[in-house]
Amino acid sequence: MKKPLIRVENLVTRFGDHVVHDGVNLTIYEGEIYGILGGSGSGKTTILRELIMLHEPTAGRVTVLGHDLGGAPRELRQRLRTQWGVLFQFGALFTSLTIAENIAVKLKEYTRISDSLIDDIVATKLEMVGLDLKVASLYPSELSGGMVKRAALARALAMDPRLLFLDEPTSGLDPISAEQFDNLIVQLKNLLGLTIVMVTHDIDSIFTVVDRMAVLGDRKVVAEGSINEVVQVNHPFIRQFFGGNRAMIRRKHGK
Amino acid sequence: MPLNSEQTLKIIRTVPAKEGKIFYLSGAWTLSNLPEIEKALKKYREFKHPSYPLILDISGITLIDTAGMLFFLKARETLRNKARRKTDISVRGVGVNEEFLKMFRLIRRYKKERALPKPRPRNPFASFFEAIGRHFFNGIDSAFLFLDFIGRTYATFLRDLLRFSFRIREISNLVKKAGVMALPIIGITTFLIGVVIAFQSAVQLQQYGANIFIVEIVSIAIARELSPIITSIVVAGRSGSSYTAQLGAMKITEELDAMSVMGFDIFHFLILPRSIALIIVLPLLIFFGDIIGIFGGMIVAKYQLGITPISFIDRLYEVFAMRHFYAGIIKGPFFAATIAAIGCFRGLQVTRDTESIGRQTTISVVNSIFMVIIIDAVFSIIFTELGI
Ligand SMILES: Nc1ncnc2c1ncn2[C@@H]1O[C@H](COP(=O)(O)OP(=O)(O)OP(=O)(O)O)[C@@H](O)[C@H]1O
Ligand SMILES: [Mg+2]
Repeated sequence: MKKPLIRVENLVTRFGDHVVHDGVNLTIYEGEIYGILGGSGSGKTTILRELIMLHEPTAGRVTVLGHDLGGAPRELRQRLRTQWGVLFQFGALFTSLTIAENIAVKLKEYTRISDSLIDDIVATKLEMVGLDLKVASLYPSELSGGMVKRAALARALAMDPRLLFLDEPTSGLDPISAEQFDNLIVQLKNLLGLTIVMVTHDIDSIFTVVDRMAVLGDRKVVAEGSINEVVQVNHPFIRQFFGGNRAMIRRKHGK
Repeated sequence: MPLNSEQTLKIIRTVPAKEGKIFYLSGAWTLSNLPEIEKALKKYREFKHPSYPLILDISGITLIDTAGMLFFLKARETLRNKARRKTDISVRGVGVNEEFLKMFRLIRRYKKERALPKPRPRNPFASFFEAIGRHFFNGIDSAFLFLDFIGRTYATFLRDLLRFSFRIREISNLVKKAGVMALPIIGITTFLIGVVIAFQSAVQLQQYGANIFIVEIVSIAIARELSPIITSIVVAGRSGSSYTAQLGAMKITEELDAMSVMGFDIFHFLILPRSIALIIVLPLLIFFGDIIGIFGGMIVAKYQLGITPISFIDRLYEVFAMRHFYAGIIKGPFFAATIAAIGCFRGLQVTRDTESIGRQTTISVVNSIFMVIIIDAVFSIIFTELGI
């Protein structure tokens, strides 16, 4: 039996009187790549922010790594924060630090290991995400968009997290880089035994890397499960999303 | 989960055996435990001065992450470098767990022999002079850039003037932000300045029985110098800095680039409206400051020197020549143009890191206050020469 790492129950989110989620339920199991899909404005980013404690849900229960986030004491929150890595949509690297410092920042702050070991870790993580060691001393403004994403992924991986959250990891990348990035994510999952939660629009990623997914619509989860289960569901968004040309080609040719 | 000290003691054990010394390594070699493990390892004399042959037994390691594996490899490397022959040290793991091997392969794949490029150590003596030179040339560069900026602003102004295509709505909005909303803070500061000046003079004047001269002192000092300077300083801190921060943030988020590709000239859309708004607003604020400052003096005159407001105002009519008032007000547009130009210019100097917003904002406020004081000094010389 797979172990659930994240469980969201009856989640409600409101901004003023704008209801974004009204009774969202989903479960993410250990070791899977879980996609969060939905139309623009359906609240994907918002739900991700709620999972990583950047936003407090209006009501409902969010359990991550076995801990209920609602009313979790400060210490527990801090401990949880060291157990996951987050890749923001635009990288969110610290612009006044070099790439190496960006990757090392959590290690320096949260552990007491020696500087030379930190350098080794930084170098290894850079190699893992496929960046040249030369970029270590550059600043984020000196990198291309794809390199920023890779560097941000290296930073998210710095502490060997059990959980990795990605917000639209391949958006803004060209198809080749996007595919490389997808492969990289799958590879890292297999190597490090990560559980990955990703918000995505990318039809290729959905077919090739995502194991299970939730589709948000009408303020709820309209479908949850593997790609084959999800496409069975009769919902306008799902028909539209998976009925488009690119998706049809994908479905014909399988994974 | 960090280990407790009892557990850490058991991480490493050494046992002498006939084939050599055996290091039994065990426990969870994960990031949070590494400092303890490192300490434990360093405690062993054998680690510093190993007696070979040495056998590392890893079968007890239950958990290992990338940091732990890197550390393990580093430690092995250290021991190996001290050994005479390669065979002096070996790693042994009976029934070593699958995780360990997986991590080992992973790291072997990604850990290259190359290390991170290190910044070259600098000679402090040379870098001192380098810094001076760099500052000097940066100063010259930014002086030229500033002249260029002023020229462009002025050219845009002339162009807009010919077509009369000013952004009236934008300007009125900025006038509200920089002017109307600044009234409370300017009122309070000039009032207090008026009070302080009046108090200081009252003490002296009382000694000579020249109480009524308080009117001249307060009104002339406030109108000619204090209100213009104080108001400009407040405006530099409030509006000048906000122009820098806003334009800087727009530069980082590439909003400025977006505007220029859409054909929106940033001088026409952003910089000129800000300059014009401040030029309109500052003389008015100085006038407001005059009134409140003199009012502050009047209050002190009443309670400290017993001069009633009526006689204060009468005296003001008699002695306060309008040239004092104009001498203060006329500086307003010059100060305003300086503050707006420096504020906007510094905003455009922001580079792509967020830290530079803070740096440029500081420079902007410091420079504008400094320039305001210099221009004020120039004005006093001119006024004295002209006998105003
Ligand atoms: N801080 C906020 N204040 C008010 N409303 C917000 C806030 N954040 C998000 N919203 C609203 O919540 C809804 C969901 O936003 P969210 O960013 O989660 O969408 P999304 O699914 O990530 O969309 P996209 O695919 O375009 O990124 C939107 O209607 C948005 O207007
Ligand atoms: Mg989003």
